[in-house]
Amino acid sequence: MRANRLGAALAVALTATLASCGSGEPAQSPEAATGRPASSAAQGPVKLTYWTWAPNMDKIVKVWNEAHPDIQVTVSKQAGGDDAAAKFLTAAKAGNPPDLVQAEYQHLPSFIAADAVADLKAETAAIKGEFSEGLWRLVTLGTDAVYGVPQDSGPMMLFYRKDLFDKYGIAVPKTWQEYGDAARAVRKKDPKVYLGTFSSKDPGAFTGLAQQAGAQWWSISGDSWKVAIADEPTRKVADYWGALVKEGAIDDMPYFTPEWNKALNDGKLLTWPSAVWAPGVLSSNAPKAKGKWAVAPLPQWNAGESYSGFWGGSSTAVSAKTPNKAAAARFATWLNTDPAAIDLLVKEAAIYPAATKAQSALGQAPDYFSNQPDFWQQAAAVSAGARGFTFGPNVGVTYNAFKDGFDKALQNGTPFADAVQGMQDATVADMRKSGFTIAS
Amino acid sequence: MKRSGRGPWPYLFLTPAMVLFTLFLAVPIGYTVYLATRRTKVSGLGLGKGARREVFVGFDNFAAALADTELWRGWLRVLGYGALVLVVMLGLALLFALLLDSARVRLARFSRIAIFLPYAVPGVAATLLWGFLYLPSLSPIRDVLDVDFLGATTVTYSMANVAVWGGVGFNMLVLYTTLRAIPRDLYEAARLDGASELQIALRVKIPILAPAIVLTTVFSIIATIQVFTEPTTLRPLTNTISSTWSPLMKVYRDAFVTGDLYSAAATSIVIAAISLVLSFGFLRVVRHHAFREG
Repeated sequence: MRANRLGAALAVALTATLASCGSGEPAQSPEAATGRPASSAAQGPVKLTYWTWAPNMDKIVKVWNEAHPDIQVTVSKQAGGDDAAAKFLTAAKAGNPPDLVQAEYQHLPSFIAADAVADLKAETAAIKGEFSEGLWRLVTLGTDAVYGVPQDSGPMMLFYRKDLFDKYGIAVPKTWQEYGDAARAVRKKDPKVYLGTFSSKDPGAFTGLAQQAGAQWWSISGDSWKVAIADEPTRKVADYWGALVKEGAIDDMPYFTPEWNKALNDGKLLTWPSAVWAPGVLSSNAPKAKGKWAVAPLPQWNAGESYSGFWGGSSTAVSAKTPNKAAAARFATWLNTDPAAIDLLVKEAAIYPAATKAQSALGQAPDYFSNQPDFWQQAAAVSAGARGFTFGPNVGVTYNAFKDGFDKALQNGTPFADAVQGMQDATVADMRKSGFTIAS
Repeated sequence: MKRSGRGPWPYLFLTPAMVLFTLFLAVPIGYTVYLATRRTKVSGLGLGKGARREVFVGFDNFAAALADTELWRGWLRVLGYGALVLVVMLGLALLFALLLDSARVRLARFSRIAIFLPYAVPGVAATLLWGFLYLPSLSPIRDVLDVDFLGATTVTYSMANVAVWGGVGFNMLVLYTTLRAIPRDLYEAARLDGASELQIALRVKIPILAPAIVLTTVFSIIATIQVFTEPTTLRPLTNTISSTWSPLMKVYRDAFVTGDLYSAAATSIVIAAISLVLSFGFLRVVRHHAFREG
């Protein structure tokens, strides 16, 4: 008898704990609950919630709120990355999404496929010309609809340790061929130092490199998707890095780990093919090396070309379920096209703006790169040659297959091209399972 | 206690528990079962309104979960990991409990707290802590000992080490508390009969401890089946842990990375069924010995 009663008490205690755990979890922050009825717009200001992870966005929104008493926006700071995308999709499915969301270009198609973001075609007709055609395609997927307003873009460049390049007597590589030669040269000069590393944890970086080579992983033709992740340019990129890793010319430690930070700080890694937002990462992860890094265009596949790809970049999308679509679209438009707002985005949120005019108006180089006053001019030049592609509706699957596939390739020493084929197979299998029409 | 005429009171007292149970356990489980029998069906490009709808698919998701070789490989990995953790963790817990309980130990208080303290460190923090110790260029251990802690085979031991480090204290405390509750005259009697400390431990203490050992084992089995924190936290640091290393990691990946809530729901039900079978199976096997009852 006593044991039973004890058991019951335990059950109560357990349920109580479970209950308290449960209540902390979901996205029902007080802000999320405020984006309420449209009909009441006449009675008070429209209230919008905005999920974003851009730093200092609350300061920028404050400027809007002061100028627009009828549309009040509340920022809800998110963790960013793939987790933020998953959270938004879950919230949309649960029926309580925010009114506005920061959507990375590669995740936007999954948002669209889940019917979680609104078509802003009418609301954005006037601002289409503010953005380059390539960026605009990322928010339309080449269809008639417009699913977001481009905010920032991440053209890729080559970041390198200028001081150590001088020390080891290495010239800045103009082609990937030269990059490989330089990698071998560095190993000979100092076996503890690598020119670079291949990260199996960052599909975004690999995607950008594949774009530079001319990959077209997804495309839409008529009413069907075309998936070509294992296309010739991608395999070329994979084989190139696979060979360098295999012969030990470059390292295979993942980016954004404590070990990577240490290698950057200690000058054990000399380059990082990254995107225009790299100064922010470097300044917080490798503060000791401030002023020692410089930037150059990515090495090219053929001498004389000037191509690049994109790593990251995001848009502002409006939730399909919001009762205040017009107000939300107005805010998204202001945020990403109004000169004052873009100025704030650059200064406060440290982004590289998507709007074409703003890109050329950038002045002072980031603090970390104070030794390179032409930083933004370099970026603008690179940006002009950057090419992207339409992302598919299940990038999550593809990126996960990248991580697992390249993890395995690094571990077992198997060809990188196999991992690329694995990405293609996993992506197609998932799309078929869901019922997407795929052109073969 | 009077048995008759209790009126509505028992039910009244039960209500809060039942309400909480229903809201936070029964309803979510029901919803999981519902989700597990469904799937989204897309038509054409899958873009725009109405291109995606949810359909009933019966047991398709369960069939897929059961036929998924990656899931079973995950079970194998967890089985190896679990065997390691269970044996080492419970063995150490028992050893420490017996040592602390023996008459001759010095610094008992300090040792007890020192052994228990790691349990108070949250799993993620503990794993990160150990992760730093495992990373080649950061680890002070690597300066003396040239072992790759995050290699393809060693990584299992490294994760088991984190679990053991964090779990020994709790299990030791459960066993130790039981030991302290044993009447001292039993030992006196044993000593009068000429039993050594070792014999007392083996012949008197361990048999009395049996129910507590069973309890800690069941808890530990359930915990290892659900292993998630250690591999997930270590994963960004190494390329030897896949996104489907353990069954629960696969559920997480399906639900939140690849956006397939439906198969994640089915897989989690399969996992729940397997953990039930394993823990009740274990109880059934040992009940007779441990509790001396049917």
